[in-house]
Amino acid sequence: MSSDLLINVSHLDRYYGSLQAVADVSFELRRGEVLGFLGPNGAGKSTTMQIITGNLAPSSGQVQICGLDLLDNPRAAKARVGYLPEQPPLYRELSVDEYLGFCTRLNRIPKAQQAAALKRAKQRCGLEQVGPRLINNLSKGYQQRVGIAQAIIHSPDVVVLDEPTVGLDPIQIREIRHLIRELAEDHAVILSTHILPEVQMTCSRVQIINQGRLVFSDDIESLNRSMCARSLILGLQQPPPFSELESLLQNIDGIESVDALEDGRWRIRHAEAQNPATPIARLAIENNWELRELSPETRSLEQIFLDITATEQTLPETTDSNTEGEQAA
Amino acid sequence: MMIFTLAARELRSLFLSPLAWSILAVVQFILAWLFLSQLNDFIMLQPQLKMIDNAPGATELVIAPLYGSAAFIMMMVTPLLTMRLISEERQSGSIALLMSAPITMSEIILGKFLGVFSFLVLMTAMVTLMPLSLFIAGPIDAGLLASLFMALSLLLAAFTALGLYMSTLTLQPTVAAISTFGALLLLWILDWAGDKVGSEQASSLFSYLSILRHFEALGKGVFNSGDLIYYLLFISLFLILSIRRLDAERLQH
Repeated sequence: MSSDLLINVSHLDRYYGSLQAVADVSFELRRGEVLGFLGPNGAGKSTTMQIITGNLAPSSGQVQICGLDLLDNPRAAKARVGYLPEQPPLYRELSVDEYLGFCTRLNRIPKAQQAAALKRAKQRCGLEQVGPRLINNLSKGYQQRVGIAQAIIHSPDVVVLDEPTVGLDPIQIREIRHLIRELAEDHAVILSTHILPEVQMTCSRVQIINQGRLVFSDDIESLNRSMCARSLILGLQQPPPFSELESLLQNIDGIESVDALEDGRWRIRHAEAQNPATPIARLAIENNWELRELSPETRSLEQIFLDITATEQTLPETTDSNTEGEQAA
Repeated sequence: MMIFTLAARELRSLFLSPLAWSILAVVQFILAWLFLSQLNDFIMLQPQLKMIDNAPGATELVIAPLYGSAAFIMMMVTPLLTMRLISEERQSGSIALLMSAPITMSEIILGKFLGVFSFLVLMTAMVTLMPLSLFIAGPIDAGLLASLFMALSLLLAAFTALGLYMSTLTLQPTVAAISTFGALLLLWILDWAGDKVGSEQASSLFSYLSILRHFEALGKGVFNSGDLIYYLLFISLFLILSIRRLDAERLQH
């Protein structure tokens, strides 16, 4: 069904003066997908999101939402998008109920359905208790939730969340992640973040953007596959001398090399298809080495992220989750 | 429809801040003071006025100066109300809510304009309560009073439109306020210069541009469609400029 293609972005460019913030970005998104947008500060994540939600016009390129062009038909297209910017767009002098009520009217929800929409959004974001309170008096986490409630109140087809979990405590983060997965059941979600495990936990697809360009775009399974490097880590309580261990292990099928690590453990590289964990474990028991650890070594998303973003130039502190640099932009 | 939603939100936020209340209170107090002193003068003068044929009544001598003072005071107060309209939303990031909602830039600008303008009309209505109280004492020229009310409302609408435009130009509310005040003061005193320019043509041009001249004409009860058109043109000019400015925001910088 073609209507399941919710976002179609093609050849997006955006200049700020002579600085190119977004360069030739194209992607598609279907219903039920959660797209994670990763990138160092100033990479163009927020700019791309602002373009998709109609807050910025692209210098060139096209954005289609549910087949509607954002520039030719902005009103119909924007009605299908919910957006939470980096800074939640709140009127702090209003109460939560007043603010969300204003959002229902702003999004042209028919009068008869406004109360139900408001209740549903509050319930989904866990705001039932704070309805009459002033937004200004709420904690940062609750303000963030109000921001998310605002983005989903008109059940848009596309939900765009710019760093939705910044400033939340671990329990709230878990709830928000749960909410995002729930949203993905009948919407498409785009989410930007610095927090890499968040992408692994919530997203079905990952795009890494660096210096305005998409440098990596794949679904999360193949990302996970590429993260499983072809090596095992072996830890022993009573290890034999290195040469003895090496010669014993070399007899096992598929093992390519054995290295001693500095902390007394061993790294065993093996062929891709053959995982030699079982024979190694048997060997360890037979020889009374007292097996302590035997685990596949994974490259973390951090490493992949760094590998990709650092290819063009070395970037300092890209995995740091602070956002100060980007807020100033 | 959407314009009213936006205007209602604007008005609500205004009344939730102490700013609106303190402006209402201060303006009302100062104008009441002026009104009372004018009224006092009028009562002292009354025996002499009786001698003159066709003498000016309370409406000309008490009420018209009241609206004149109100116009002057509002020139200083309106920038405080309009300064935050766009600039503060931009600073706090809440403008993104409006930009990503299914509404047009014109609706945003008109909604904000209408929000502040209805506040100012409310204030004008409160000021008008004072002259209305004179109905108890004697006859008032209701036609002139209506004309004064309209003149002040049009003037305040023009102030609001200019202030709104200044607010779209900057991130800092205070900068918007001071530029609005400067521009309004310049328009106010424009015809002073006009008087001193030797050429007849330049003089009439300056006095046509002066925002005060048209107010004074309407305030005398002289209803000239030229004055009305001046204000309508002034308001539409700055509203259209604001819409264009907001639109340009999304485009190339």
